Amino acid sequence: MTDLTALSLCEARDGLAAGEFTSSELTDAYLSAIEGARGLNAYVLETPEKAREMAAASDKRRAEGKAGALEGVPFGVKDLFCTKGIRSTACSNILGNFVPPYESTVTENLWASGAVLLGKLNMDEFAMGSSNENSAFGTVVNPWKAAGDDTPRTPGGSSGGSAAAVAAHLCAAALGTDTGGSIRQPAALTGTVGLKPTYGRCSRYGIVAYASSLDQAGPVARTVRDAAAILKVIASVDDKDTTSVDAPVEDYEAALEAPMKGLKIGLPKEYRVDGMPAEIEESWQKGADWLRAAGAEVVEVSLPHTKYALPAYYIVALAEASSNLARYDGVRYGERVPADEIVEMYQKTRAAGFGEEVKRRILLGTYVLSAGYYDAYYLKAQKVRTLIKRDFETIFADGVDAVLAPVTPGPAFPLGAKTDDPVEMYLSDVFTVPINMAGLPSIAVPAGLSSEGLPLGLQLIGQPFREAGLFAPARAIEEAAGSFTATKWWA
Amino acid sequence: MSVDSSTVKHVASLARIAVTPEEAERLTAELNGILAFVDELDEVDVTDVPPMTAVVATAMKMREDRVTDGDRVDEVLSNAPESEDGYFLVPKVVE
Repeated sequence: MTDLTALSLCEARDGLAAGEFTSSELTDAYLSAIEGARGLNAYVLETPEKAREMAAASDKRRAEGKAGALEGVPFGVKDLFCTKGIRSTACSNILGNFVPPYESTVTENLWASGAVLLGKLNMDEFAMGSSNENSAFGTVVNPWKAAGDDTPRTPGGSSGGSAAAVAAHLCAAALGTDTGGSIRQPAALTGTVGLKPTYGRCSRYGIVAYASSLDQAGPVARTVRDAAAILKVIASVDDKDTTSVDAPVEDYEAALEAPMKGLKIGLPKEYRVDGMPAEIEESWQKGADWLRAAGAEVVEVSLPHTKYALPAYYIVALAEASSNLARYDGVRYGERVPADEIVEMYQKTRAAGFGEEVKRRILLGTYVLSAGYYDAYYLKAQKVRTLIKRDFETIFADGVDAVLAPVTPGPAFPLGAKTDDPVEMYLSDVFTVPINMAGLPSIAVPAGLSSEGLPLGLQLIGQPFREAGLFAPARAIEEAAGSFTATKWWA
Repeated sequence: MSVDSSTVKHVASLARIAVTPEEAERLTAELNGILAFVDELDEVDVTDVPPMTAVVATAMKMREDRVTDGDRVDEVLSNAPESEDGYFLVPKVVE
């Protein structure tokens, strides 16, 4: 039999449906692959018993003619999602051995479609980071290396474990979350497809909160088709999340076949930033050419407030984080550092439990919300956010269907290269953050390899709740660029 | 704007995070780096621009005011560092 882990999610789904192999066989193939790739540190918790049990149940359902949309397909799940009865830590020491007595809605939807859980994936603590170097479980290593260079590189972050696991074929697909680029940036750095749906498309219930007005769940997958199939299953309106929106969930795989002719694609001139490496610019140009060749009209557009998205993001996100993370007090869950007096207990618990980047962000968030600074920082940033959203509304009103832009300012950087300067690290998200600030859907697609042989990605940004319009152009890029698989070196 | 280490210590106490004097010094430098970066926003004219309150315009959802869940004391306490008789235990707060 061919290596089952080499199949894309949709190929595996179709092979299972055709009876070519069982979910138990497929799941076992992934469990051995995971065992043989611990050096990448992609999984923080392997759940082989649960996986085998779910796979057997799936095979039984199929035999009974009750197969769901993703029946029997094995997934990895970012450790930010609460999974009932299975340790969920947000890769923070402060959550210790937290075992949720409930399930997140997105994972619930996934299991209801027949999918199988392989384990929980590594990430930056509380989804705060762009390199996966802020995890309490240690960093993830990118399966990709530069040609002739053994330097270990970042898989990106915060969904670094999700992206590395998909790139190394340690799951058919993975779930991630994207607050400022945390799905798309790691997807771009690992040659995988990452989709951030519109804010409100997927329920946030049961996902550990970082910045509630920005957080959104989505898939990391091997192909555009895989991402489409997963979105169909995970999208839902949910009574448990008042910000989830009752928008019709479409047949996104059918949307792959939508005509490209007449599609108007915008290239925002403000994304052509100073010091952008020539190969990023070239890959962007190539992407535009591919879309034009596929029948789209490509026009230059202007999003004048682009450069202010990142500073405004760091105010809004950190303010929300400081409020959200107030709940980690050592009382109801997580690790407590005992003290005689309650405030001292809080202070010691939080000092010991949070990592450096998380502390930095909580303190900055607390500062910008504190008396006398609220108007100067938080209110101002929310006004700038209005302007960023208006920029997109203006070009969409002018008939632009989607925007094409780079995902990252460069390919995967070596581990440790940006850990000394927080602002330098924050700049990794310069092209992804504006989309979260505007609440829009965006899909990152592999667009080629850099001169060093590292993956580069392009993103297509769409109108709110028009994810369906992204899949045909995303596939046009995918088909033109080809697909890329890292050569196995890990063990 | 920038912060000094006494402001950082004050903010840390508001955030209930214990910091050592050395940490406060380091954090002061790091926070000032970030604040210098976000000061770029001073260039933007926001006259008459309303602050964003919701990125997707939706009406607040309403539902009937009735109990839909509850009576799960054991589950609620299952992750508590210390609990007794259906309560979370904390150090004595009131003398």
